[in-house]
Amino acid sequence: MTNLEFTPLVFGISAVAGCLGALTGLGGGVVVTPALTLLLGVDIRYAIGASLVSVIATSSGAAAAFVREGYSNIRIGMFLEIATTLGALLGAFLATRTPTAVLSLIFGLVLLHAAWQSSRGHRHSDQAQAPDALADRLKLNGSYPSPDGPSKYQVSHVKTGFSLMFGAGTLSGLLGIGSGALKVIAMDQAMHVPFKVSTTTSNFMIGVTAAASAGIYLSRGYIEPGLAMPVMLGVLAGSILGARQLIGARVRVLRWIFAGVVGVMALEMIVTGVQGKL
Amino acid sequence: MVSWTDQRLEVIISVLLRTGVTIAATVVLLGGICFLSRHGQEQAEYHVFHATATIYRSVSGVIHNAGPSNCPAVIQLGLLVLILTPVARVAFSLAGFAMERDRTYMALTAIVLGILIYSLAGAH
Repeated sequence: MTNLEFTPLVFGISAVAGCLGALTGLGGGVVVTPALTLLLGVDIRYAIGASLVSVIATSSGAAAAFVREGYSNIRIGMFLEIATTLGALLGAFLATRTPTAVLSLIFGLVLLHAAWQSSRGHRHSDQAQAPDALADRLKLNGSYPSPDGPSKYQVSHVKTGFSLMFGAGTLSGLLGIGSGALKVIAMDQAMHVPFKVSTTTSNFMIGVTAAASAGIYLSRGYIEPGLAMPVMLGVLAGSILGARQLIGARVRVLRWIFAGVVGVMALEMIVTGVQGKL
Repeated sequence: MVSWTDQRLEVIISVLLRTGVTIAATVVLLGGICFLSRHGQEQAEYHVFHATATIYRSVSGVIHNAGPSNCPAVIQLGLLVLILTPVARVAFSLAGFAMERDRTYMALTAIVLGILIYSLAGAH
Protein backbone atom coordinates (compact mmCIF):
# COMPACT_ATOMS: atom_id res chain seq x y z
CA MET A 1 0.00 0.00 0.00
CA THR A 2 1.34 3.47 -0.85
CA ASN A 3 1.34 6.34 1.63
CA LEU A 4 -1.41 8.08 -0.37
CA GLU A 5 -3.70 5.08 0.21
CA PHE A 6 -2.54 4.23 3.71
CA THR A 7 -2.83 7.73 5.27
CA PRO A 8 -6.59 8.34 4.58
CA LEU A 9 -7.39 4.81 5.74
CA VAL A 10 -5.56 5.31 9.05
CA PHE A 11 -7.12 8.76 9.41
CA GLY A 12 -10.62 7.29 8.96
CA ILE A 13 -10.07 4.45 11.44
CA SER A 14 -8.60 6.88 13.98
CA ALA A 15 -11.48 9.34 13.55
CA VAL A 16 -14.05 6.60 14.24
CA ALA A 17 -12.02 5.48 17.28
CA GLY A 18 -11.73 9.07 18.56
CA CYS A 19 -15.45 9.69 18.09
CA LEU A 20 -16.45 6.47 19.89
CA GLY A 21 -13.93 7.20 22.62
CA ALA A 22 -15.38 10.67 23.25
CA LEU A 23 -18.99 9.46 23.12
CA THR A 24 -18.43 6.70 25.65
CA GLY A 25 -15.85 8.54 27.75
CA LEU A 26 -13.33 5.71 27.43
CA GLY A 27 -10.89 7.58 25.17
CA GLY A 28 -9.79 6.77 21.64
CA GLY A 29 -6.35 5.34 22.38
CA VAL A 30 -7.64 2.06 23.66
CA VAL A 31 -9.34 1.31 20.30
CA VAL A 32 -6.74 2.75 17.89
CA THR A 33 -3.95 0.30 18.69
CA PRO A 34 -5.96 -2.92 18.24
CA ALA A 35 -7.59 -1.46 15.10
CA LEU A 36 -4.20 -0.67 13.54
CA THR A 37 -2.62 -4.00 14.46
CA LEU A 38 -5.61 -6.25 13.70
CA LEU A 39 -6.96 -4.50 10.57
CA LEU A 40 -3.78 -3.13 8.96
CA GLY A 41 -1.09 -5.38 10.39
CA VAL A 42 0.90 -2.47 11.87
CA ASP A 43 3.58 -3.55 14.37
CA ILE A 44 2.15 -3.07 17.87
CA ARG A 45 5.10 -0.86 18.93
CA TYR A 46 4.45 1.68 16.15
CA ALA A 47 0.71 1.56 16.96
CA ILE A 48 1.36 2.16 20.66
CA GLY A 49 3.62 5.13 19.89
CA ALA A 50 1.05 6.76 17.59
CA SER A 51 -1.78 6.07 20.02
CA LEU A 52 0.08 7.62 22.95
CA VAL A 53 0.57 10.85 21.00
CA SER A 54 -3.14 10.98 20.14
CA VAL A 55 -3.98 10.52 23.83
CA ILE A 56 -2.11 13.75 24.67
CA ALA A 57 -4.03 15.57 21.92
CA THR A 58 -7.50 14.55 23.12
CA SER A 59 -6.70 15.12 26.78
CA SER A 60 -5.36 18.63 26.19
CA GLY A 61 -8.07 19.48 23.65
CA ALA A 62 -10.91 18.50 25.96
CA ALA A 63 -9.48 20.25 29.03
CA ALA A 64 -10.82 23.67 28.04
CA ALA A 65 -14.43 22.47 28.01
CA PHE A 66 -14.05 20.60 31.30
CA VAL A 67 -12.41 23.46 33.17
CA ARG A 68 -15.23 25.84 32.28
CA GLU A 69 -17.60 23.60 34.24
CA GLY A 70 -15.46 24.08 37.35
CA TYR A 71 -15.27 20.43 38.41
CA SER A 72 -11.60 19.54 38.14
CA ASN A 73 -9.35 19.67 41.21
CA ILE A 74 -5.84 20.83 40.33
CA ARG A 75 -4.36 19.74 43.68
CA ILE A 76 -5.68 16.18 43.53
CA GLY A 77 -4.43 16.05 39.93
CA MET A 78 -0.94 17.36 40.64
CA PHE A 79 -0.39 15.18 43.71
CA LEU A 80 -1.50 12.02 41.92
CA GLU A 81 0.52 12.89 38.82
CA ILE A 82 3.67 12.07 40.81
CA ALA A 83 2.38 8.49 40.94
CA THR A 84 1.15 8.35 37.33
CA THR A 85 4.32 9.86 35.79
CA LEU A 86 6.61 7.54 37.78
CA GLY A 87 4.41 4.64 36.71
CA ALA A 88 4.51 5.88 33.11
CA LEU A 89 8.34 5.87 33.14
CA LEU A 90 8.33 2.31 34.45
CA GLY A 91 5.71 1.27 31.90
CA ALA A 92 7.62 2.77 28.98
CA PHE A 93 10.84 1.03 30.04
CA LEU A 94 8.95 -2.25 30.44
CA ALA A 95 7.37 -1.80 26.99
CA THR A 96 10.79 -1.89 25.34
CA ARG A 97 11.65 -5.17 27.07
CA THR A 98 8.31 -6.96 26.80
CA PRO A 99 7.77 -9.39 23.87
CA THR A 100 5.05 -8.11 21.52
CA ALA A 101 2.96 -11.26 22.08
CA VAL A 102 2.82 -10.47 25.80
CA LEU A 103 1.94 -6.81 25.06
CA SER A 104 -0.89 -8.03 22.86
CA LEU A 105 -2.14 -10.34 25.60
CA ILE A 106 -2.10 -7.61 28.28
CA PHE A 107 -3.80 -5.25 25.84
CA GLY A 108 -6.55 -7.81 25.28
CA LEU A 109 -7.17 -8.11 29.01
CA VAL A 110 -7.36 -4.32 29.41
CA LEU A 111 -9.83 -4.20 26.50
CA LEU A 112 -11.97 -6.91 28.12
CA HIS A 113 -12.15 -4.76 31.26
CA ALA A 114 -13.07 -1.71 29.15
CA ALA A 115 -15.86 -3.66 27.43
CA TRP A 116 -17.22 -4.83 30.75
CA GLN A 117 -17.00 -1.32 32.21
CA SER A 118 -18.72 0.14 29.15
CA SER A 119 -21.66 -2.27 29.20
CA ARG A 120 -22.17 -1.79 32.92
CA GLY A 121 -22.28 2.02 32.92
CA HIS A 122 -21.40 4.00 36.02
CA ARG A 123 -22.22 2.75 39.49
CA HIS A 124 -22.18 5.42 42.15
CA SER A 125 -19.79 4.80 44.98
CA ASP A 126 -20.99 5.10 48.54
CA GLN A 127 -20.09 8.48 49.96
CA ALA A 128 -19.55 7.29 53.55
CA GLN A 129 -16.02 8.45 54.32
CA ALA A 130 -13.46 8.24 57.03
CA PRO A 131 -11.58 11.53 57.41
CA ASP A 132 -8.04 11.29 56.02
CA ALA A 133 -5.28 13.30 57.72
CA LEU A 134 -3.15 13.21 54.57
CA ALA A 135 -6.01 14.67 52.51
CA ASP A 136 -6.24 17.55 54.98
CA ARG A 137 -2.51 18.17 54.96
CA LEU A 138 -2.39 18.16 51.15
CA LYS A 139 -5.52 20.33 50.90
CA LEU A 140 -7.20 17.78 48.61
CA ASN A 141 -10.75 18.39 49.85
CA GLY A 142 -12.69 20.75 47.64
CA SER A 143 -16.07 21.76 46.31
CA TYR A 144 -17.83 21.69 42.98
CA PRO A 145 -20.77 23.64 41.53
CA SER A 146 -24.22 22.08 42.05
CA PRO A 147 -27.76 23.44 41.56
CA ASP A 148 -27.84 24.35 45.29
CA GLY A 149 -24.52 26.24 45.25
CA PRO A 150 -21.01 24.86 45.91
CA SER A 151 -21.08 21.29 47.17
CA LYS A 152 -18.18 20.29 49.42
CA TYR A 153 -16.48 16.91 49.41
CA GLN A 154 -13.98 15.05 51.59
CA VAL A 155 -11.27 12.85 50.09
CA SER A 156 -10.32 9.57 51.78
CA HIS A 157 -7.91 6.61 51.26
CA VAL A 158 -5.25 8.85 49.73
CA LYS A 159 -2.53 6.16 49.93
CA THR A 160 -4.70 3.56 48.19
CA GLY A 161 -5.53 6.06 45.46
CA PHE A 162 -1.87 6.95 45.03
CA SER A 163 -0.90 3.26 44.61
CA LEU A 164 -3.69 2.65 42.10
CA MET A 165 -2.53 5.70 40.16
CA PHE A 166 0.98 4.26 39.95
CA GLY A 167 -0.60 1.17 38.37
CA ALA A 168 -2.65 3.31 35.97
CA GLY A 169 0.51 5.17 34.93
CA THR A 170 2.42 1.92 34.36
CA LEU A 171 -0.36 0.58 32.15
CA SER A 172 -0.47 3.89 30.26
CA GLY A 173 3.27 3.77 29.56
CA LEU A 174 3.24 0.06 28.72
CA LEU A 175 0.34 0.16 26.24
CA GLY A 176 0.27 3.78 25.04
CA ILE A 177 -3.25 4.37 26.37
CA GLY A 178 -4.67 7.09 28.61
CA SER A 179 -5.95 4.52 31.12
CA GLY A 180 -8.63 7.03 32.09
CA ALA A 181 -10.98 4.29 33.28
CA LEU A 182 -8.48 3.12 35.90
CA LYS A 183 -7.75 6.71 36.98
CA VAL A 184 -11.46 7.32 37.50
CA ILE A 185 -11.78 4.11 39.53
CA ALA A 186 -8.87 5.18 41.74
CA MET A 187 -10.45 8.55 42.48
CA ASP A 188 -14.16 7.75 42.42
CA GLN A 189 -14.21 4.29 44.02
CA ALA A 190 -11.11 4.38 46.26
CA MET A 191 -10.73 8.02 47.27
CA HIS A 192 -14.47 8.90 47.20
CA VAL A 193 -13.91 11.90 44.96
CA PRO A 194 -17.28 12.83 43.33
CA PHE A 195 -17.71 11.20 39.90
CA LYS A 196 -17.75 14.45 37.90
CA VAL A 197 -14.62 15.70 39.68
CA SER A 198 -12.95 12.32 39.09
CA THR A 199 -13.60 12.24 35.34
CA THR A 200 -12.53 15.83 34.68
CA THR A 201 -9.44 15.58 36.89
CA SER A 202 -8.56 12.26 35.24
CA ASN A 203 -8.75 13.91 31.82
CA PHE A 204 -6.38 16.60 33.06
CA MET A 205 -3.93 13.98 34.31
CA ILE A 206 -3.94 11.83 31.17
CA GLY A 207 -1.91 14.33 29.11
CA VAL A 208 0.82 14.72 31.73
CA THR A 209 1.01 10.96 32.29
CA ALA A 210 1.30 10.30 28.55
CA ALA A 211 3.96 13.03 28.15
CA ALA A 212 6.10 11.20 30.73
CA SER A 213 6.30 8.06 28.60
CA ALA A 214 6.32 9.94 25.26
CA GLY A 215 9.94 11.05 25.77
CA ILE A 216 11.07 7.44 26.17
CA TYR A 217 8.92 6.30 23.21
CA LEU A 218 10.49 9.04 21.08
CA SER A 219 14.08 8.14 21.88
CA ARG A 220 13.36 4.43 21.36
CA GLY A 221 11.97 5.10 17.88
CA TYR A 222 8.32 4.13 18.57
CA ILE A 223 6.95 7.41 17.19
CA GLU A 224 6.95 7.07 13.40
CA PRO A 225 5.96 10.40 11.73
CA GLY A 226 4.18 8.86 8.72
CA LEU A 227 1.91 6.80 10.98
CA ALA A 228 1.52 9.13 13.97
CA MET A 229 0.40 12.00 11.68
CA PRO A 230 -2.93 10.49 10.49
CA VAL A 231 -3.55 8.82 13.87
CA MET A 232 -3.13 12.05 15.86
CA LEU A 233 -5.16 14.18 13.43
CA GLY A 234 -7.85 11.50 13.06
CA VAL A 235 -8.36 10.84 16.76
CA LEU A 236 -8.41 14.58 17.49
CA ALA A 237 -10.98 15.31 14.75
CA GLY A 238 -13.11 12.32 15.82
CA SER A 239 -13.07 13.27 19.49
CA ILE A 240 -14.07 16.88 18.77
CA LEU A 241 -16.97 15.57 16.66
CA GLY A 242 -17.88 13.04 19.35
CA ALA A 243 -17.88 15.64 22.13
CA ARG A 244 -20.25 17.84 20.07
CA GLN A 245 -22.62 14.93 19.46
CA LEU A 246 -22.63 13.89 23.10
CA ILE A 247 -25.73 15.86 24.06
CA GLY A 248 -28.05 14.32 21.48
CA ALA A 249 -26.57 10.83 21.41
CA ARG A 250 -28.34 7.72 22.67
CA VAL A 251 -25.56 6.86 25.05
CA ARG A 252 -27.06 3.56 26.25
CA VAL A 253 -27.20 2.07 22.76
CA LEU A 254 -23.74 3.42 21.96
CA ARG A 255 -22.29 1.91 25.12
CA TRP A 256 -23.52 -1.53 24.09
CA ILE A 257 -22.17 -1.17 20.55
CA PHE A 258 -18.84 0.02 21.94
CA ALA A 259 -18.74 -2.82 24.46
CA GLY A 260 -19.38 -5.32 21.64
CA VAL A 261 -16.67 -3.92 19.35
CA VAL A 262 -14.13 -3.68 22.16
CA GLY A 263 -15.02 -7.18 23.36
CA VAL A 264 -14.35 -8.70 19.92
CA MET A 265 -11.05 -6.78 19.66
CA ALA A 266 -10.09 -7.98 23.13
CA LEU A 267 -10.56 -11.63 22.18
CA GLU A 268 -8.61 -11.18 18.93
CA MET A 269 -5.73 -9.48 20.75
CA ILE A 270 -5.64 -12.29 23.33
CA VAL A 271 -5.70 -14.96 20.59
CA THR A 272 -2.89 -13.23 18.64
CA GLY A 273 -0.92 -12.86 21.85
CA VAL A 274 -1.29 -16.51 22.76
CA GLN A 275 -0.39 -17.65 19.25
CA GLY A 276 2.62 -15.32 19.34
CA LYS A 277 1.82 -13.97 15.89
CA LEU A 278 2.33 -10.26 16.53
CA MET B 1 -10.12 23.85 50.15
CA VAL B 2 -9.90 24.92 46.52
CA SER B 3 -9.48 28.68 46.40
CA TRP B 4 -10.59 31.11 43.76
CA THR B 5 -6.97 31.44 42.65
CA ASP B 6 -6.90 27.71 41.86
CA GLN B 7 -9.96 28.19 39.68
CA ARG B 8 -8.36 31.07 37.79
CA LEU B 9 -5.15 29.06 37.39
CA GLU B 10 -7.12 26.23 35.81
CA VAL B 11 -8.83 28.52 33.31
CA ILE B 12 -5.49 29.96 32.15
CA ILE B 13 -4.08 26.43 31.92
CA SER B 14 -6.98 25.28 29.75
CA VAL B 15 -6.32 28.13 27.30
CA LEU B 16 -2.63 27.14 27.27
CA LEU B 17 -3.52 23.52 26.51
CA ARG B 18 -5.92 24.37 23.72
CA THR B 19 -3.39 26.74 22.12
CA GLY B 20 -0.69 24.07 22.30
CA VAL B 21 -2.92 21.46 20.66
CA THR B 22 -3.99 23.89 17.91
CA ILE B 23 -0.38 24.80 17.06
CA ALA B 24 0.67 21.13 17.19
CA ALA B 25 -2.19 19.97 14.93
CA THR B 26 -1.44 22.76 12.42
CA VAL B 27 2.27 21.88 12.22
CA VAL B 28 1.47 18.13 11.93
CA LEU B 29 -1.06 18.87 9.18
CA LEU B 30 1.42 21.01 7.21
CA GLY B 31 4.11 18.36 7.64
CA GLY B 32 1.59 15.71 6.56
CA ILE B 33 0.65 17.54 3.35
CA CYS B 34 4.35 18.05 2.62
CA PHE B 35 5.06 14.35 3.40
CA LEU B 36 2.28 13.06 1.13
CA SER B 37 3.25 15.34 -1.76
CA ARG B 38 6.88 14.15 -1.60
CA HIS B 39 6.52 10.53 -0.46
CA GLY B 40 2.90 9.74 -1.46
CA GLN B 41 3.86 7.03 -3.97
CA GLU B 42 6.26 5.26 -1.61
CA GLN B 43 5.18 2.10 0.16
CA ALA B 44 3.81 2.41 3.70
CA GLU B 45 5.89 -0.11 5.64
CA TYR B 46 4.87 -0.44 9.27
CA HIS B 47 4.51 -4.23 9.49
CA VAL B 48 8.01 -4.80 10.79
CA PHE B 49 9.47 -2.74 13.61
CA HIS B 50 12.91 -1.29 12.98
CA ALA B 51 12.78 1.93 15.06
CA THR B 52 12.42 5.38 13.49
CA ALA B 53 15.57 6.99 11.98
CA THR B 54 17.87 8.48 14.61
CA ILE B 55 17.31 12.13 13.57
CA TYR B 56 13.59 11.78 14.44
CA ARG B 57 14.31 10.39 17.89
CA SER B 58 15.64 13.38 19.83
CA VAL B 59 14.46 16.92 20.46
CA SER B 60 17.64 18.42 18.95
CA GLY B 61 17.56 16.09 15.92
CA VAL B 62 13.98 17.06 15.10
CA ILE B 63 14.58 20.80 15.53
CA HIS B 64 17.73 20.76 13.37
CA ASN B 65 16.13 18.83 10.52
CA ALA B 66 12.59 20.27 10.36
CA GLY B 67 12.07 22.29 7.17
CA PRO B 68 10.69 22.10 3.63
CA SER B 69 13.41 19.61 2.66
CA ASN B 70 12.52 17.18 5.46
CA CYS B 71 8.75 16.74 5.82
CA PRO B 72 8.76 13.86 8.38
CA ALA B 73 10.82 16.10 10.68
CA VAL B 74 8.10 18.77 10.40
CA ILE B 75 5.48 16.20 11.51
CA GLN B 76 7.77 15.18 14.35
CA LEU B 77 8.18 18.85 15.33
CA GLY B 78 4.39 19.19 15.61
CA LEU B 79 4.28 16.04 17.75
CA LEU B 80 7.03 17.51 19.96
CA VAL B 81 4.94 20.67 20.46
CA LEU B 82 2.08 18.38 21.47
CA ILE B 83 4.24 16.42 23.94
CA LEU B 84 5.59 19.68 25.41
CA THR B 85 2.08 21.11 25.95
CA PRO B 86 1.38 19.16 29.19
CA VAL B 87 4.96 19.90 30.28
CA ALA B 88 4.25 23.63 29.85
CA ARG B 89 1.07 23.10 31.83
CA VAL B 90 3.03 21.68 34.78
CA ALA B 91 5.63 24.47 34.55
CA PHE B 92 2.84 27.03 34.59
CA SER B 93 1.20 25.35 37.59
CA LEU B 94 4.54 25.64 39.40
CA ALA B 95 4.53 29.40 38.79
CA GLY B 96 0.89 29.54 39.93
CA PHE B 97 1.59 27.75 43.20
CA ALA B 98 4.57 30.06 43.73
CA MET B 99 2.24 33.06 43.40
CA GLU B 100 -0.10 31.43 45.92
CA ARG B 101 2.98 30.89 48.16
CA ASP B 102 2.07 27.24 48.55
CA ARG B 103 5.39 25.53 49.30
CA THR B 104 4.01 22.01 49.56
CA TYR B 105 2.53 22.18 46.07
CA MET B 106 5.56 23.95 44.67
CA ALA B 107 7.61 20.93 45.79
CA LEU B 108 5.09 18.38 44.48
CA THR B 109 4.83 20.16 41.11
CA ALA B 110 8.64 20.41 40.85
CA ILE B 111 8.86 16.61 41.25
CA VAL B 112 6.39 16.05 38.38
CA LEU B 113 8.25 18.57 36.20
CA GLY B 114 11.55 16.83 36.96
CA ILE B 115 10.16 13.44 35.90
CA LEU B 116 8.86 14.92 32.62
CA ILE B 117 12.17 16.65 31.83
CA TYR B 118 14.08 13.46 32.62
CA SER B 119 11.92 11.56 30.12
CA LEU B 120 12.35 14.13 27.35
CA ALA B 121 15.99 15.05 27.87
CA GLY B 122 17.68 11.69 28.05
CA ALA B 123 18.78 9.13 25.52
CA HIS B 124 17.08 6.12 27.06
